[in-house]
Amino acid sequence: MSMATATFRIWRGDASGGTFQDYRTEISEGMVVLDAVHRVQAEQAPDLACRWNCKAGKCGSCSAEINGRPRLMCMTRLNSLPLDRPVTIEPMRAFPKLRDLVTDVSWNFRVKQKIAPFKPRPPDAPDGTWRMAQRDIDRVQEFRKCIECFLCQDVCHVLREHQLHDQFIGPRFLVHVAALEMHPLDVEDRVDELKQAYGVGLCNITKCCTVVCPEQIKITDNAIIPLKERVVDRFYDPVARLLRMFRRDGGRSPNVRAEAPVAGGDPRGTGKG
Amino acid sequence: MGHRRFDYDVLVIGAGGAGLRAAIAAAEGGAKVALICKSLLGKAHTVMAEGGIAAALSNVDDRDDWTVHFADTMRGGQYINNWRMAELHAREAPARVRELEAWGAVFDRTPDGRILQRNFGGHRYPRLAHVGDRTGLEMIRTLQDRVVALGVSVHMECTVTALLKDADRIAGAFGYEREHGGFLVFGAPAIIVATGGIGRAYKITSNSWEGTGDGHALAYRAGAVLVDMEFIQFHPTGMIWPPSVQGILVTEGVRGEGGVLLNSERERFMFADIPENYRSQTASDEEEGWRYTQGDKNARRPPELLTRDHVARCIRREVREGRGSPHGGVFLDISWIKKKLQNAEEHIKRKLPSMYHQFKELADIDITKEPMEVGPTTHYVMGGVLVDADTQMSSVPGLFAAGECAAGINGANRLGGNSLSDLLVFGKLAGDHAAQFIRGAGPQPPAIDTAQIEAASRAALEPFDRRDGEPPYAIQRDLQELMQDNVGIVRTESEMAHALEAIGGLRARAARCGVTGNRDYNPGWHTAIDLQNLLDVAEAITRSALERTESRGGHYREDFPGKDAAWGQQNVCVQRGPDGTMQLSQRPIPEMPAQLRRVIQENQ
Repeated sequence: MSMATATFRIWRGDASGGTFQDYRTEISEGMVVLDAVHRVQAEQAPDLACRWNCKAGKCGSCSAEINGRPRLMCMTRLNSLPLDRPVTIEPMRAFPKLRDLVTDVSWNFRVKQKIAPFKPRPPDAPDGTWRMAQRDIDRVQEFRKCIECFLCQDVCHVLREHQLHDQFIGPRFLVHVAALEMHPLDVEDRVDELKQAYGVGLCNITKCCTVVCPEQIKITDNAIIPLKERVVDRFYDPVARLLRMFRRDGGRSPNVRAEAPVAGGDPRGTGKG
Repeated sequence: MGHRRFDYDVLVIGAGGAGLRAAIAAAEGGAKVALICKSLLGKAHTVMAEGGIAAALSNVDDRDDWTVHFADTMRGGQYINNWRMAELHAREAPARVRELEAWGAVFDRTPDGRILQRNFGGHRYPRLAHVGDRTGLEMIRTLQDRVVALGVSVHMECTVTALLKDADRIAGAFGYEREHGGFLVFGAPAIIVATGGIGRAYKITSNSWEGTGDGHALAYRAGAVLVDMEFIQFHPTGMIWPPSVQGILVTEGVRGEGGVLLNSERERFMFADIPENYRSQTASDEEEGWRYTQGDKNARRPPELLTRDHVARCIRREVREGRGSPHGGVFLDISWIKKKLQNAEEHIKRKLPSMYHQFKELADIDITKEPMEVGPTTHYVMGGVLVDADTQMSSVPGLFAAGECAAGINGANRLGGNSLSDLLVFGKLAGDHAAQFIRGAGPQPPAIDTAQIEAASRAALEPFDRRDGEPPYAIQRDLQELMQDNVGIVRTESEMAHALEAIGGLRARAARCGVTGNRDYNPGWHTAIDLQNLLDVAEAITRSALERTESRGGHYREDFPGKDAAWGQQNVCVQRGPDGTMQLSQRPIPEMPAQLRRVIQENQ
């Protein structure tokens, strides 16, 4: 067995600052970046902080920026990276640093508390159960694949560059809202909040979130754009506006559920909202 | 020593399926509840569960009901289960699954729009409610969102290192928060431990770093009894190649969807060894097995879907006898179904999306085109805290346990899919009864003894006093190798006696281990603390396994390969003695009521 080595340039520090440090360690077949971090931890830097759990891309704990790209450390194979130069590993930049590779992601958990929870219609059957066709839940199931790794939040310009955390809930939670809004059983209405509190209009559809999603959820096309359209339908459609003037219920018609999938790209043009 | 103090009615330690479900029940019961997560909320190991939740909804096969599920669970557990727990579990699981749907879970559907159910090992009928192969994620997210909606206090990235007592009863817990290493004291007259498993006591495991038996060890050190600790489930199909993914689970759902196990001679070796008590339920040939996986109600299950303990031992035998795959496992092939199904490739990707993804990304294997290499991996502990079946309370007043760290439902071997339902059924019971316990506890909350807090603080900080001491990682690795080699799938007295002695040596090393750095998010320090739990658990497993001189379920003795009827009447218990040493005892299994006996006979 060959004893190849590689250098890992890992950010060490805390909220007050830090620097990159180089660690040279042995690498072997099939290794992922998280294995290298663990090896450094076991052999050279026992106090090197990182989050991880499942090591199989299912829990979304080990998010970091590897050679500048937001990725899960457990799903990034070393053989997919150039090893003739150091592999840089640094914490997600959109969140406050805590220590080494660990960031303070608590904002995300606070955001979720603001979103109105699932509220089902009355059961369809006398035994208290519902009936839903598989084709009507395919889209919602896509959204519910989300592992809450927050890489989409990390890469989103609105949060990363503009730091509009108090006006915009970010792609992860727009996906969460989409999963609720398109759930065939849900009767809650979140369209006003989408426009106001959730700031869906701030997304300018650059699709960076979709690119980094380890679950390959089509965040922009399948979640955010349909949500933007709901906002447009309610607030900017002149007919709906007129109707709203005459109706007491604020123009809230039953939501159209489970949009047809938008396959690759955005047939309705970008720039809405 | 400084600490922050919090007071609750019910403290739930552990935020996987059982802990979340317990917190929901206790909050709905009117208690002031807090939930402690070792990681971030929603990352617990439940998220890894793939196959589904076993519940006799009878949506797919109307012959199913709770009695059949009960009989299947008892047969799988080789009749040393706590029959009352097995009964409660089978009766209540359907309501617990439907409740998830009411909270927003989106299960796969039958053609008529109900919750779809799939086949799984040891279950007579298709019984597992599922979402592709990411059922655990669906369950944890649903419960997590419900906990948030109910306003339960959540302490993320906290580890409890000691339970505090007021005389005999539970008074609270002591722990640290990961971010800055600050100490926390929780006053709580009722505590539910729901900390999951012990997989990190072994080298090859499907468990994450969190699976260090914290609840087992905390309860043991607080005086509770642990039972059935010799029964460890080695899941037959973990990934084996490349080395960095060794142990990661390959769901039984692959076999449920028609995947077959092959040795290097391309033989379906599972047909060669079918245990007598399952013969009448097992397919007589490959064609019948295939029909079963495709929902033919007249077909019997293929031998790949025999219980996990048996399949794991068969795989080990093939490898030992030189018929293994290149990297020391066997082949698991789902790609062959293209001979049977049009669009097989799409079908596999739809039914097993995360398996497809996992092999593609981590092993460069396309499972729709080529077989996987798999081998046994330490997956689950049947043993745990001895609890009252109806309330989930341990022998320590105010201390409850639920989920994997409690024992009873599974006996000698757990059926796939019974874990998620166990978490829901007994998480709820524990939460209900903890809230009830508070109401009956009287106005005087238990007192917290400062001497216990000081002792816990000192113990937690000790590794920092020995900065030149050995780092904990190597000690943990040596323990894992010791358990893997000597108290694994096949056991003998001499190896286990060696392990017991070596655990003593590792305890001495752990007592001298040191950590560097400061208290901020310091994994070396955390590992040093977790190591104490692993050592207690490893000793409990080894002593219990030495005691049981027979083979049954997840406990196989090469020196006692047969089942012994006398042992079928006993559970093995460990408890901390007055001198601090581990004491073994045998506990006779209470006689089963005639009605349940009849259910078992009718389902032979």
